[in-house]
Amino acid sequence: MKQLRRTMLFVPGNNPGMIKDAGIYGQDAIMFDLEDSVSLTEKDAARFLVYEALLTQDYNGKELVVRVNDPTTKCGVDDLEAMVRTQKVVIRLPKTESAEDVLVCEREIARIERENGIEEGSTRMMAAIESAAGVLNAKEIAFSSKRLIGIALGAEDYVTDLKTKRSPEGIELLFGRSMILLAARAAGIDAIDTVYSDVNNEEGFRKEVELIHQLGFDGKSIINPRQIQTVHDVYTPTQKEIDKALAVMDAIEEAHKKGSGVISLNGKMVDKPIVARAQRTLDLARAVGVLK
Amino acid sequence: MSEIRLEQIPHLDELGHLDRVFHPEDILKNSRTLREREKLNNKIVPSLEEAIRLSGLKNGMTVSFHHHFRNGDYIVNMVMDKLAEMGFKDLVLAASSLSDCHAPLIEHIKNGVIRRIETSGLRGKLADEISHGLMDVPVIFRSHGGRAYAIETGELPIDVAFLGAPSCDPYGNANGYSRDEEGGVMCGSMGYAKCDAQYAKKTVILTNHIVPYPNAPFGIPESDVDYIVEVPAIGDPAGIMSGATRFTKNPKELLIAETAANVIEGSGRFKDGFSIQMGSGGASLAVARFLREKMLRDHIKASFALGGITGSIVDLHEEGLIQKILDVQSFDLRAAESLKNNRFHQQISASYYASPSNEGTAVNQLDIVVLSALEVDCDYNVNVLTGSDGVIRGAIGGHPDTAYGASVAIVVCPLTRGRIPCVVDKVNTVVTPGKTVDVIVTDHGVAVNPRRKNLLKNIQDFGIPVCTIEELCEKARKIVGTPTPIEYTDKVVGVVTYRDGSVIDLIRQVKG
Repeated sequence: MKQLRRTMLFVPGNNPGMIKDAGIYGQDAIMFDLEDSVSLTEKDAARFLVYEALLTQDYNGKELVVRVNDPTTKCGVDDLEAMVRTQKVVIRLPKTESAEDVLVCEREIARIERENGIEEGSTRMMAAIESAAGVLNAKEIAFSSKRLIGIALGAEDYVTDLKTKRSPEGIELLFGRSMILLAARAAGIDAIDTVYSDVNNEEGFRKEVELIHQLGFDGKSIINPRQIQTVHDVYTPTQKEIDKALAVMDAIEEAHKKGSGVISLNGKMVDKPIVARAQRTLDLARAVGVLK
Repeated sequence: MSEIRLEQIPHLDELGHLDRVFHPEDILKNSRTLREREKLNNKIVPSLEEAIRLSGLKNGMTVSFHHHFRNGDYIVNMVMDKLAEMGFKDLVLAASSLSDCHAPLIEHIKNGVIRRIETSGLRGKLADEISHGLMDVPVIFRSHGGRAYAIETGELPIDVAFLGAPSCDPYGNANGYSRDEEGGVMCGSMGYAKCDAQYAKKTVILTNHIVPYPNAPFGIPESDVDYIVEVPAIGDPAGIMSGATRFTKNPKELLIAETAANVIEGSGRFKDGFSIQMGSGGASLAVARFLREKMLRDHIKASFALGGITGSIVDLHEEGLIQKILDVQSFDLRAAESLKNNRFHQQISASYYASPSNEGTAVNQLDIVVLSALEVDCDYNVNVLTGSDGVIRGAIGGHPDTAYGASVAIVVCPLTRGRIPCVVDKVNTVVTPGKTVDVIVTDHGVAVNPRRKNLLKNIQDFGIPVCTIEELCEKARKIVGTPTPIEYTDKVVGVVTYRDGSVIDLIRQVKG
């Protein structure tokens, strides 16, 4: 079954309270941050804290991700040294601008794997794109490494780079989102949307989730557990959608029996892409537990 | 009218005290107006000192107070200061509860004005000093129901009750609000004070607001009141109550609340006409929100809500989802306003609420209660009184009363608070016995008391994952480790009583 990545909860790596509680909510993934939410003087402490938590705490089978510091710095390499050793996390590379950025990080990871007897290639990665250059290179980034499970948009740095700011409608992000989504889809990996910082604006958040769901994103980074349910609500197929998908699958099975690849259902043509979408709806419905 | 001679009455000796014949000249008709009479003939005395003198209070006697003004209370300190000034010694202070604001009592204890204390709880500096051995005689802790019972049975006789009231007429009809006027200090229900007024040998009302007769409706009737003292202020309105207790935004508390609401739904008790009590803590308060959605969805209404009442209960009442409210204590202004304005929002006494003397006591009519806890242990015992450092920092309240009475007692509590485990092998202090606690809801899982087999099955069948209490305890240990044991001396500083007055646990002096 496909790994769900509807919700990836950001947890500051220097906050023991949040680290200890990160596993109790219903999100699909946890992203421990060693980068921007941790001040320079706290970097070592945060790395130690997250490392210990990963080895001792039970996160109820959730996908675990760690955002490391720039791997061309000592701090970033130290992060990788610790996190790769846990063999439990996906390494999230921040501020990715080119395929070479991914490869630099990958070489460090491979070295650490070799030195510690960890199967080479077993550590997976994701890359966050947070600049104009990164968006323009989204395709080569997405194709750069077999370790990549997905690419993500980091909007705050990106809009600053564009010399604008975020609007409620998000028009300034449309191109970047579309680029990242297309690159991810072409490479066959996941596309994860950026955070929505105004936690108390539930209506604005829901609108944004509906938008990125419509665009085709696999999920969204979130900064508060209160945002989980909204994303899951939007991403969970409705009973109507499930019923329709089941009808499509029945119809196409019928067609196959008759030796045809296309059939009409309620007056509408059912062909390959519609079947693929129906299959995806059912896969998702099963993954989230609304269809047994 | 014929001439009356008593000896004409047959069997006169069996008919009681018929020894006088009526004489019209004995009657003095008062032709003054109501307002004149209120002014000239009433129970108001000029000063607190005068009221104390008239009450006949002597050294060694028991004075009582209520805690409806919570941390905004001025009454306890004001009266004790006056009693100290008048030279009283060795008094027993019996309050329904005490708060941080009562730290000045420390001096009165040191000076011998107060010999011993009875209360539901202690907080702040006073609690800290007592935990460290301030008093020779241990403090007796009683639940709200247990206190009412002790007063009724004479186990806790009250000599003089000093009761603050936000409104009182010249004859002693007192209440936690006034229907005659808007604004002013309010505390809503006077539930805990009602027992004191009824059973004390003398009752003194202290009020900042004398209103015209009749102060109807009243929480305390004039028949229970002896003296009235007008004082400039009875409490700090901000400390007495705030607008409406707000819903928590803490995701952990919301998670616990949502789980608790699911447990209620799955318990088998979530049926039309059910009854419920919910606490005022973040998580238990938020249960109301999640329950509301379920009630609307399934067209289920509660027959009544009990206990400490919050604005969120009032919202459900006004929406028609809870038919009646029985209010022993109003937690916020929204609740107090509702008591004032809503027909089916009834003020009740601590005895009506929870006394074990009465089989029909309100807690015994509860289907569900949601309670909080400082600690829960593997025997399902609950501690709401002492902290992880052994220092007293809480109150029993109605915890053991409602846990006993309710068909399903749900305790909500995080698995850990900071580095402190909240599910432990043995609680510091047993306040509510595990035999009366049915479900523990934490952020890391739900445990059902194995004594409740049917309930366990209902909850499991409903689809809520259940683990054992030992598993929760182990999870907590895995996250925060095992704390170093608290060091105590042999000296007993507190006696915790169960609702029937039996001793359920002892609190010892903390070392250092």
